[in-house]
Amino acid sequence: MAPRAAARLESLGFIEVLEYTAGKLDWLAAGLPTEGENSTRPRAGDASRKDVVVCGLKDRLGDVRDRATEVDWDVAVVIDENRLVLGLLRAKQLEMDPNLLVEQAMRPGPSTFRTYVPIKEMADYMVEHELDNAPITTSNGKLVGVLFKSDAIGLAASASAAARRMITAPRPG
Amino acid sequence: MATLIDRDAVQDLVKQGAQLVEVLPAQEYAEDHLPGAVSHPLRQLDKEVDEIDRRRPVIVYCWDAA
Repeated sequence: MAPRAAARLESLGFIEVLEYTAGKLDWLAAGLPTEGENSTRPRAGDASRKDVVVCGLKDRLGDVRDRATEVDWDVAVVIDENRLVLGLLRAKQLEMDPNLLVEQAMRPGPSTFRTYVPIKEMADYMVEHELDNAPITTSNGKLVGVLFKSDAIGLAASASAAARRMITAPRPG
Repeated sequence: MATLIDRDAVQDLVKQGAQLVEVLPAQEYAEDHLPGAVSHPLRQLDKEVDEIDRRRPVIVYCWDAA
């Protein structure tokens, strides 16, 4: 759409026309501020909980389960030293043999969601796909937090559906 | 042909006085747009072209490069 608009402006005599090719998606992904209705509403990144139970591939599953139980969480996120999301331990995996290594039990390559997705869209998606929680990451896969469905639904209660859908497809990592 | 620019260049050029034009449908502009951008949806561009300042650089953008 932008290339056609740029070409039309040039044909109408505009001398200096530039095209921001990566567009609004790139701007949002960089976490830069926007204006408009969504700018005053929470997004996935804002609403996610930051006190996430995290662990490494070589951690002992039982130790992770103990830490999760202490804070009453039934999910833990497996990350590397750069906070890149490698896997997820949901309740089912946390209940496995405590002597397993995390990498033997985790669900690898879980779907992750971007910080800029409006909370209404996240809530609708999580209900539709029966997701109790979802890892929220930067566009390069670094963990920001975990969004709980109950939080998303509560915050989305008064929001209306948006014209632009920002969740395109499940994104591994 | 228009010059293709990235995010950093957008920020620099806007500081220097370039105008930002979003060409997506108006509802999408209403939801989210770059700070200071104006809305001129592609289909209305011909009708609204006189609202754009010809003396300043114009940066157009839509959703992504697809």
